[in-house]
Amino acid sequence: MNILQELKYSKDHEWVKIEGNRATVGITDFAQSQLGDVVFVEVPSVNAAVKSGAGFSVVESVKAVSDIYAPLSGTVVEVNEGLTDAPETVNSDPYGEGWIAVIEISDASEVAQLMDADAYAAFIQAGGE
Amino acid sequence: MTTGKKTPLYDTHNKYGGKIVEFGGWQLPVQYAGIIEEHHAVRRQAGLFDVSHMGEVSVKGPQALAYLQRLVTNDVSKLADHQVQYTPMCYLNGGTVDDLLIYRYAQDDYLLVINAANIDKDWTWMRENSVGFDVALTNLSDQTAELALQGPNAETILRLLTDAPLDKLGYYWFYPKVIVAGKEVMLSRTGYTGEDGFEIYCRPADAAPLWEALMAAGREHGLQPTGLGCRDTLRFEAALPLYGHELSAEITPLEAGLPRFVNLEKGDFNGRAVLAQQKADGVKRKVVGFVLNERGIARAEYPVVKDGRRIGSVTTGSYAPTLEKNIGLALVEAEHGKIGENFAVEIRGKAVAATVIGKPFYKREGK
Repeated sequence: MNILQELKYSKDHEWVKIEGNRATVGITDFAQSQLGDVVFVEVPSVNAAVKSGAGFSVVESVKAVSDIYAPLSGTVVEVNEGLTDAPETVNSDPYGEGWIAVIEISDASEVAQLMDADAYAAFIQAGGE
Repeated sequence: MTTGKKTPLYDTHNKYGGKIVEFGGWQLPVQYAGIIEEHHAVRRQAGLFDVSHMGEVSVKGPQALAYLQRLVTNDVSKLADHQVQYTPMCYLNGGTVDDLLIYRYAQDDYLLVINAANIDKDWTWMRENSVGFDVALTNLSDQTAELALQGPNAETILRLLTDAPLDKLGYYWFYPKVIVAGKEVMLSRTGYTGEDGFEIYCRPADAAPLWEALMAAGREHGLQPTGLGCRDTLRFEAALPLYGHELSAEITPLEAGLPRFVNLEKGDFNGRAVLAQQKADGVKRKVVGFVLNERGIARAEYPVVKDGRRIGSVTTGSYAPTLEKNIGLALVEAEHGKIGENFAVEIRGKAVAATVIGKPFYKREGK
């Protein structure tokens, strides 16, 4: 299971890459492997206000619909339109081309609640729930 | 944590990397390499399924045929020895108890293959209905394992393991006793994927050795272990009904679009009065196929709406890997079910445009 050291992680299996007050968000390698073949991604709208812990995107695999939760509160400033035509990128490159959206962070204190890579690895080891 | 019964192939599934889920009271693999890859393997080469969870009931006795004629909607008298028939089994009100396969060994000897989740319910229903008939019913579900070898290369692979004349085994016929990989099995040219293929009924202890022999023989012919996930997408593309979705106690076989398997001429049977009325009047609801015209995936139970009014529900919806389209089956008011008709499927509160298309969505070429 690939877990990148430089990223932060949520208990809902999203990864977060923080750059200044912007956070790029996707789902982890663990999450995509659990979902199986991704066939549709409903990305959020640009300018949408999102709240930490609330659903902001939907990823559908062949078998199931999964809500993706915003790991941080803020405003969506960019979305990955490429997923519209190539949703399977979430499976093949979850930390790269499979990113879902960029959030402009409104409450920097929430960042401290995310896990680092080691804590996330332990979280998955313990069952990931 | 998964719960449920294990088939004799449980350890084999783990060995082959199967991802185990609970299904119909059983622990079964939903996928190995991935649903889409396995789906394509069955359409293009071959796949091997564990279907040991299916139930088997033996019906024997001088009145076996008379009993079955009363029990199911199809005309069982049309079966020859060693032929197989698909049929719904109905309640008195026309709702469906289950859909099953009937294997005829002889006029007084049949094997019924029923859905795993329905075994207890079917068994009770079959026994209640046997009162007054000179028949003996035996539930063989725990003594029978079953493998399904499906796909265009199925015959080529199986030929490596048996001397049985497979080219002479027609679609929906079976050999009651043949040797495959050194094991005595019952072998039928049946399946539920829309492809050519075989179902192999064997003793539980023989299931794992048979699996290994088939996988070894199939290596050069693209055989892959395949799970419940692609079994569903395959049967869905072929528009084969799944109990609990297109068929249920609330849905009659005529509403499900299965008139070919309801024979009103054969004499009385459970549900006949209601089904005859539906046939005379036309059904008020029916299962139709549709394609989504906008992005999104319809899922079972999503509302189908037209002009702001709910006209039905999705029964199965998915991405169809062979067609590369998002399609579905839905039970809708019959007047909105004509091919070319437009309606919408509500996906997370948003109406997504859909058009009724013909079924099956996928049909293999050739035999």
